[in-house]
Amino acid sequence: MPLREAPTVAFEITVNGEVRQVDVDVRTTLLDLLREHLGLPGTKKGCDHGQCGACTVLVEGKRINSCLSLAVMHEGEAITTIEGIGLPGNLHPLQAAFLERDAFQCGYCTPGQICSALGMLAEVRRGEPSQATEDMSALAIALTDAEIRERMSGNICRCSAYPQILEAIRDVAGPAAGVSA
Amino acid sequence: MRPFTYERAEDAAGAAKAAAEAPGAKFLAGGTNLLDLMKLEIERPTHLIDVGRLPLGQIEPTAEGGLRIGAMATNSAAASDRHVRTLYPLLSHALVSGASAQLRNKATIGGNLMQRTRCGYFYDPAKPCNKREPGAGCSALEGDARGNAIFGASDACVATHSSDMAVALSALEAKVETVTPGGSTRTIALDDLHRLPGDRPEVETDLAVGELITAVLLPPPPAGRQEYRKVRDRASYAGGLFSLALAGDRLAMGAVALKPWRARKAEAALAAGASAAEAVAAELETAQATGRNTFKITLARRVMTDALGGTLEGATVR
Repeated sequence: MPLREAPTVAFEITVNGEVRQVDVDVRTTLLDLLREHLGLPGTKKGCDHGQCGACTVLVEGKRINSCLSLAVMHEGEAITTIEGIGLPGNLHPLQAAFLERDAFQCGYCTPGQICSALGMLAEVRRGEPSQATEDMSALAIALTDAEIRERMSGNICRCSAYPQILEAIRDVAGPAAGVSA
Repeated sequence: MRPFTYERAEDAAGAAKAAAEAPGAKFLAGGTNLLDLMKLEIERPTHLIDVGRLPLGQIEPTAEGGLRIGAMATNSAAASDRHVRTLYPLLSHALVSGASAQLRNKATIGGNLMQRTRCGYFYDPAKPCNKREPGAGCSALEGDARGNAIFGASDACVATHSSDMAVALSALEAKVETVTPGGSTRTIALDDLHRLPGDRPEVETDLAVGELITAVLLPPPPAGRQEYRKVRDRASYAGGLFSLALAGDRLAMGAVALKPWRARKAEAALAAGASAAEAVAAELETAQATGRNTFKITLARRVMTDALGGTLEGATVR
């Protein structure tokens, strides 16, 4: 009996500003599409089950776990990976702050931490509440350290560089980021 | 992941019809729970109907003074919505206490209601589970299962429902709007959506095959305070061991049963003038532990008593 062949699917997706044509097994996750098919290994596979955050990318500016999404679900959408945020010689200020603050040891979770932090800062600018937000009805968020910690809880760092990650994000966000909204 | 075919739904009624006609079909919305379970081959759909792009993400006030939250609104969008935050802060609290920000950006309101239990034995294909394989037996009954239900469990299943949002919706007396494969619209009270396990734990909701959730309907907010309390093993990004939603004079508990557990006995006792401690005792009278989850009954008593302004053993519980 012949093995049942998984259907493939062809579609267009924009990654780091570049429109890409892909034709992949429909089961391909967004994470595997980036790493295995588009030559962008900066996004990391940690747990592959949405628990560690290493695979965090921005889809239309919003952070998601790329491991828990089929690539085909993102047909026509714009994806930003760590490679699209900054490369050696032209680092994003948050990447520079991670270096300056020594906000990693092994570095495996770092691309996810940085994508997540950028998505997080945009959420704060939009006034989105978190579990650490005292007043749900307040439309401007004061970005306290407790807010940053809570909002970054979807990114695990097994080297435990959390204090330095917090400092690096704080350097870029500024002491009162988000308050003015 | 097992092979499957994929289609993107054009409209809600068409999606419901397609799902009813294709055996082994599943709806795909945010995918955060379904794809996780598909990787583990616990979910094995042969066809996915992607409903994620259906125009069902609107959040709008209703003529009755309530709110209609489209099923495809993400958990983040609902938690951040101005109406939700000001009129139903309990719902915002419950939403942001679940999962991580990345998951909430993807997970939908409809999908949140349809998520499956996080019982460790359900997730472990090496051990029997009646939800995965009807008739196989329940490993959690005599297993290491401190998360087990204390209400409404059966010999076939002692799992709990994992949604924080649904606990808030129960206390807010929400309804769920669906479209059936026949194309008609139906409204179900949230408390009637999820089933207790009985001897059919694999049947989890009251929805017909192919029936698709299109919205959550909230009545006008109740008078009085709203509060969500959640106790868990770590401060963030963890499932609850016990949670409590309080909306005016209504109470619902989470992580204690295979559905949000509306604490009607406690509500009735309070309405009749009972003290907080008496009301909580009335509710917990029928709670049943299976062993390692005995602590949940104590936890429930303490959290509820404190939330209701009562005192326990002579001191305010902290």
